[in-house]
Amino acid sequence: MSLLKVRDLSVAIGPVRPVQQVSFDIDEGETFALLGESGCGKSMTALALMRLLPAGGRLTGGTVVFDGTSLRELPETGMRRVRGGRMAMIFQEPGTSLNPVMTVGAQIGESLALHHGMTGVAARERAETLLAAVGIPDPARRVDEFPFQLSGGMKQRAMIAMALAGEPELLIADEPTTALDVTIQAQVLDLLAELKAARRMATLLISHDLGVVARMADRVGIMYAGQLVETAPRADFYARPAHPYARRLFAALPDVRLRGTALATIPGSVPSLDRPLCGCRFAPRCAEAREICRREVPDWTFLAQGHAVRCHFPATGARSSGVPAPAGESVAAEAPAPLLEVEELRVHFPIRRGLFRRTVGHVRAVDGVSLRLVRGRTLALVGESGCGKTTAGKAVLRLLPATSSFLRLDGQEIGDLPESRLRPFRARMQMVFQDPFGSLNPRLRVGETIAEGLRALKGRGAEARVGELLEAVGLPGAMAQRYPHEFSGGQRQRIAIARALAVEPELLVCDEPTSALDVSVQAQILNLLRDLQKRLGLAYLFITHNIAVVDFLAQEVAVMYLGRIVERGSVDEVLRNPRHPYTQALLAAVPAIEPSEVAPVRLAGDLPSPAAPPAGCHFHPRCPRAVDTCRASYPGETAFSASHTVRCHFPG
Amino acid sequence: MLAYVVRRVLYAIPILIGVNLITFALFFVVNSPDDMARMQLGVKRVTPEAIQKWKAERGYDKPLAWNAEAAGLAKVTDTIFFAKSVRMFAFDFGRADDGRDISREIRTRMVPSLAVAVPVFILGLYVSISFALLLVFFRATYLDVGGVVLCVAMMSISSLFYIIGGQWLVSKVWHLVPISGYAGGLDAVKFLVLPVLINVIAGIGSSARLYRTLFLEEVNRDYVRTAMAKGLPELTMLFRHVLRNALIPILTGVVVVIPLLFMGSLITESFFGIPGLGSYTIDAINAQDFAVVRAMVFIGSCLYILGLLLTDLSYTLVDPRVRLE
Repeated sequence: MSLLKVRDLSVAIGPVRPVQQVSFDIDEGETFALLGESGCGKSMTALALMRLLPAGGRLTGGTVVFDGTSLRELPETGMRRVRGGRMAMIFQEPGTSLNPVMTVGAQIGESLALHHGMTGVAARERAETLLAAVGIPDPARRVDEFPFQLSGGMKQRAMIAMALAGEPELLIADEPTTALDVTIQAQVLDLLAELKAARRMATLLISHDLGVVARMADRVGIMYAGQLVETAPRADFYARPAHPYARRLFAALPDVRLRGTALATIPGSVPSLDRPLCGCRFAPRCAEAREICRREVPDWTFLAQGHAVRCHFPATGARSSGVPAPAGESVAAEAPAPLLEVEELRVHFPIRRGLFRRTVGHVRAVDGVSLRLVRGRTLALVGESGCGKTTAGKAVLRLLPATSSFLRLDGQEIGDLPESRLRPFRARMQMVFQDPFGSLNPRLRVGETIAEGLRALKGRGAEARVGELLEAVGLPGAMAQRYPHEFSGGQRQRIAIARALAVEPELLVCDEPTSALDVSVQAQILNLLRDLQKRLGLAYLFITHNIAVVDFLAQEVAVMYLGRIVERGSVDEVLRNPRHPYTQALLAAVPAIEPSEVAPVRLAGDLPSPAAPPAGCHFHPRCPRAVDTCRASYPGETAFSASHTVRCHFPG
Repeated sequence: MLAYVVRRVLYAIPILIGVNLITFALFFVVNSPDDMARMQLGVKRVTPEAIQKWKAERGYDKPLAWNAEAAGLAKVTDTIFFAKSVRMFAFDFGRADDGRDISREIRTRMVPSLAVAVPVFILGLYVSISFALLLVFFRATYLDVGGVVLCVAMMSISSLFYIIGGQWLVSKVWHLVPISGYAGGLDAVKFLVLPVLINVIAGIGSSARLYRTLFLEEVNRDYVRTAMAKGLPELTMLFRHVLRNALIPILTGVVVVIPLLFMGSLITESFFGIPGLGSYTIDAINAQDFAVVRAMVFIGSCLYILGLLLTDLSYTLVDPRVRLE
């Protein structure tokens, strides 16, 4: 029997209709995943189930039946007993989703008091038990701490503990790991899977990540523009996705097998949901669309047991899992003179304490990083948040003062040049930032943003070049007159790239340029970056945490941990044959679309503070191979080939 | 924590010295003692002898900052700067032009000033926060819109209107309390009710509107959604989650004025005839009594610096993120 039955659920917020006629069932103990890109209405569906729509939002139709009770007809007092009691929810941003001025214990206690009438010592003990159950070490201490004293992963665990406090039968997890690093994501996903098995708790998982869904879900529903367009058992969906949109999503994923080819992209953008739409919503972007698609809304077609799709011409047959890897782009056959050479880059930030703000220590954000980058090539700097990769990128461009470094661009030492003499070099190296929403000045027209660098560093013919540049990144030149808010995230990132290219740089530092973007948009940006590299011979220092992107784009990889590079080499060497236990764990933590039987290595714990790195090898507290030698000394470099080196006492 | 407090207090010292120097420059360099004497004595009957006599009586006949004729340490101490300005650090303000001791005057006049200002402060905060919470409870309804319109209307009206209108209605028409005046002891209450009430009402508009914005900002945060998802009733959510977080900017915003409550209010006190520090300052300005005005300017600066210091400390008290880091 279904625990939750949703039929024709529709939501309106003013004139916008973010959810239209969504129907699905969730059985006891089952995980159902709603998959879709931003703005498809998946979070709004979840909030509608909890009757927690934002101000101005209301349910306009459909029924929600939870264990025989119709939630739409329940009075608010009755709904409050369901909410947090029988149906709990966890959210995307653990950093902002906990009350900053209340202790973790008090926040869990609220739930206990509401749903079990537990207060005082009993509630405290129960809170500790819950914190222990979600894998928080030392719960007796943590229960009295404030959220800011916990790491991101621990905050998310605390939020799960809060959700479990009511002993829910259904857990709604809205992008539960999107804000977390992959190794922490793996821990949290493991925890959710364990809890589901132990408590027979049904889960509604909301995610945009095909890998996460593949790992967690029993059944999958794909949402597009406010509608569910396909539902299927997980295995069936991953083997034979039927909706063209689903197929496109798979094709847009960067993968090593697609190296040297362009990623499939979805042209156009999601239709805006504030006016009536006719025909199939995906038709304007669908390559297979025919006349009928534009005229008639497709009805559900049933393909197999539990597999239904809303398409006039559903695809049949298996999903092509890419062509086999091409023979490789003849990596490092010749050794041309490097464009960028960085030796022993250190960036230390002082920690000041006491009455006279004396420096009592340093945060070693970057602690001895050496890099070499050749023209026309891409070096990926990989690591989790807090490992110092962004700081390193900024220090390479001298946007941050380095504590010590030898920095050579095209053979010329620039590490200690005064700012006035550095200016000519500024034009030769540029940066593309992570957040396309924050990195463009909202008060400047995009044309002015692009021309600004030209005027400052080149000083001639700025305006004429702007149109050219916009076209080079795939935008009409006439758009120079518009303001950033008129563009979508992907278009803004294109503008940011145009801005960087304006001064004809040779080196581009790309700091997570696609991590704020949807998969289909990410594909467009990656294609663009690769085309530009081929055409202009740019060198990229590509800073990212996304291994798939590295595999698709880069030739060389350097893996950073706590301010130091622990493994480097060509993409094939490092990603196919990782030697450092951290690299191995990092690769294993990425949720794969193709299921694998090998039990992955999991990292315990969090990244230590770079202010007080562990003695010896920084990685030893989390390392499965650590022995006494590792606690005593930092390992030197071990070379496995001319390019592949590892800093580990026991590389495997 | 202690180191932080000590450092903040140390920072205050150079600021106070700067304030002192600027006050000195304003009162003795821009406006020389001769000018003061002329203004005090009136333009008609003024003779050089009268000016000299006036200056000598008040100690303004000394050199400004350097007494070349004196011996030893007196070269510095026997000057206007030392006698009038440096002494202010010890809160020794000397005598007013009418010969009364300023420090004593301040001590006695502080009480009526506080008697008006403290109730206005506490009551005003309480009423504005309650009103703002009420508006937030009815957010996105016509009640909220109407409340905001009322706030804008109330803050658009001059405070003089509230005073004169209130005096006319409550005292003249209804005969409930005296129009103005003051008495010691418990009798003060009937003189205080009206000014306190009027000041609270005059302040609601702008502060309730500001607090409503702060509350709304908090209501839209993720942690509020989390709290609602637990099944909390809306009122519990507002009081336990929203109020506690919004109080951080509210409290730290108002703490800065707490020390300044001592100074009283210039307008209220003179309209209601309350013998506080505010009316003392106004009277001194009218009487061109620079010794008093100088003292009040310096005290005002000190209290403001104290207010800023308290603001920083209050952060550490209300926000665990600041307290524990």
